[in-house]
Amino acid sequence: MTALQDKETAVSTSATLSLNLIQAINLAMREEMRLDERVVLFGEDVGARGGVFLATEGLQAEFGRRRVFDTPLSEASIVGAAVGMAVRGLRPIAEIQFADYMGPGFDQIVSQAAKIRYRSGGQFTAPLVIRTPSGGGVRGGHHHSQSPEAYYAHTPGLKVVMPSTPYDAKGLLKAAVRSDDPVIFFEPKRIYRAFKEDVPEGDYVVELGRAAVRREGADLTIVGYGGVMPDALKVADALKAEGVSVEVVDLRSIVPWDRETVLNSVAKTGRALLVSEAPRTANFMGEVAYTIQEELFDALLAPVSQVAGFDTPYPYAQDKVYLPGPNRMLRAAAKLLGY
Amino acid sequence: MSRVTSPLDLLRVMVRIRAFEEAVGELFVRGGTAGTMLHLSIGEEGAAAGFGLAMRPGDTFTTHHRGHGVFLARGGDPRRMMAEIAGKAAGSCRGRGGSMHIADVTLGHLGANAIVGGGIPHVVGAALAARHLGSGNVSVAFFGDGAMQQGVLYESMNLAALWRLPVVFACVNNQYGMGTRIDRAAASLDFDARARAFGLRGVTVDASDATAVFETATQVLADAREGRPALVTLDCFRFYGHARKDRSPYRTEEEEREGRSRDPVARLADRLRGEDVLDDDTLTAMRDDARREMDDAVAFALAAPPPDLAALHEDVYAPDRPAPPSVDAYHALVYPEGEARA
Ligand SMILES: Cc1ncc(C[n+]2csc(CCOP(=O)(O)OP(=O)(O)O)c2C)c(N)n1
Ligand SMILES: [Mg+2]
Repeated sequence: MTALQDKETAVSTSATLSLNLIQAINLAMREEMRLDERVVLFGEDVGARGGVFLATEGLQAEFGRRRVFDTPLSEASIVGAAVGMAVRGLRPIAEIQFADYMGPGFDQIVSQAAKIRYRSGGQFTAPLVIRTPSGGGVRGGHHHSQSPEAYYAHTPGLKVVMPSTPYDAKGLLKAAVRSDDPVIFFEPKRIYRAFKEDVPEGDYVVELGRAAVRREGADLTIVGYGGVMPDALKVADALKAEGVSVEVVDLRSIVPWDRETVLNSVAKTGRALLVSEAPRTANFMGEVAYTIQEELFDALLAPVSQVAGFDTPYPYAQDKVYLPGPNRMLRAAAKLLGY
Repeated sequence: MSRVTSPLDLLRVMVRIRAFEEAVGELFVRGGTAGTMLHLSIGEEGAAAGFGLAMRPGDTFTTHHRGHGVFLARGGDPRRMMAEIAGKAAGSCRGRGGSMHIADVTLGHLGANAIVGGGIPHVVGAALAARHLGSGNVSVAFFGDGAMQQGVLYESMNLAALWRLPVVFACVNNQYGMGTRIDRAAASLDFDARARAFGLRGVTVDASDATAVFETATQVLADAREGRPALVTLDCFRFYGHARKDRSPYRTEEEEREGRSRDPVARLADRLRGEDVLDDDTLTAMRDDARREMDDAVAFALAAPPPDLAALHEDVYAPDRPAPPSVDAYHALVYPEGEARA
């Protein structure tokens, strides 16, 4: 099992399925639960109902109520109980129904789960996964649209992951379950059902901490993760039609993040556009920008640029204005290219 | 009943609440709301009207995400609520929050909340403020049975009892938190005992009986005003799915039929008819008035202009503060070419 964790493994079977992102998440859990008795899954309405987005559909039917169970509305104790289970040898996957509801569990994540290994002098750890849909685009208002990844990225001891494709969702979630440290697994809910792709049925993991180069290019690097990626790819394609060659890097994993892939790319292109939908101030991309300027100051042809959400609570009626769409990315790209 | 509130008043408010919920439900289905989540309080009108009418001007309250009824019972303007839900600038929160975030400080409404339990501790603070300012007002937290399992409720109950605050915790127990029936969320359903364990008064009332709710609420509010806080459980049934358009595959038709037989509107109307206080024409007129009022609210909401784009950045901080850095950086980037208008 540990061997699998360290590299993107060859797929053992040739069968592939055409799945969307949430189906891939469902499959990842199903496979991990089949492979490892210690994996248990719980949260609000994850059992018979299969979760509000149906990520856990059918899992209680297959694995029974002992391994897949509903909890009351008690996020602090959902996370806290996951800590206790993980410390005592289980591999809990706790679903927090929306990332916005992590608030009541914040202490248990940040002050408890994150610190178990360190504060016990490495005696024990809390290998839990918190799966939670995050981000905007579903017209849910300010309590159903937040992108809180930076809070967790700021907390040493946690790993923070956000896939943008079905293939990655499955591989990253499997890696998260097998990780010996707590993982916050954000799911970009606005692209849960946006598109399907071929996902192998067999066992593979996508190693945490490795970015994916989605498009190769020479003139500009776009770095993003999660829900903004489909738009970032559109932008790359639009610019390609205008003769601009854009490299697109999908971080996939926010902590740890793949400095090497990002730096190699920006060293080549000299221009970096960092894209995310979380509010701009103290956005994780600030860390990426800092690293780029520190390592590649001389190679930069333009200042590192960011397109992000606004520094406002997420608006109810202005989803489209708030989310950085292709137009905002294109304008920022034009500015970088014309610098 | 008090001098000022008659059973007909209770009935009228309940009829208006139901008409609002039906109208906003239709608006939602037709795509006229800005949001994708809408929770109706049909079946819970007795709780909202009975409790809401027993409160006094100046009393403050918070609600959960199913709070349209309480707001109307406290004098909320259906037009402004409808406009809020439609995401229009004429909404009570400028279209910022929608159904789950209604607030109107002029009516003491400190906010509905889409975080279950989120608004509960605010009433502790509002009650401390009331005492500090000597206003004589009570603060009431309305929340669902689901929130009975949130830790923050118990911290708040303890504080209210410890500091003898003018607070009432009002649990609208519609038997379900989404797909989870209350008996699958709590081993003990004796909520009154939970209250007593914290040194609060605990009362459960059948909320299909609006007058019973009104009488209980009048009593506990008077006690709370004297520094004896309470937890009141308003026992009712969520008639339809968790949200508009949701089905409820987790409960049987028989259970639904039985639950819907506890209809607070029909119950009071039948009683008043039996007592010859109400005749069919009056009831029909009451319903027609309510429907017209809510149709008008829908028309108002649909005709209202959407929020100005620049308003997106307002109200994050006090107006005399500089805009957040991202606003400076992006304002120029976003607006001139009018991406959002396209
Ligand atoms: C902290 C938090 N956890 C979960 C949710 C998702 N959620 C919204 S409403 C709801 C059920 C609430 O049940 P209850 O409190 O009984 O209110 P009701 O919907 O029945 O009126 C849940 C689980 C949420 N909004 N906030
Ligand atoms: Mg309920």
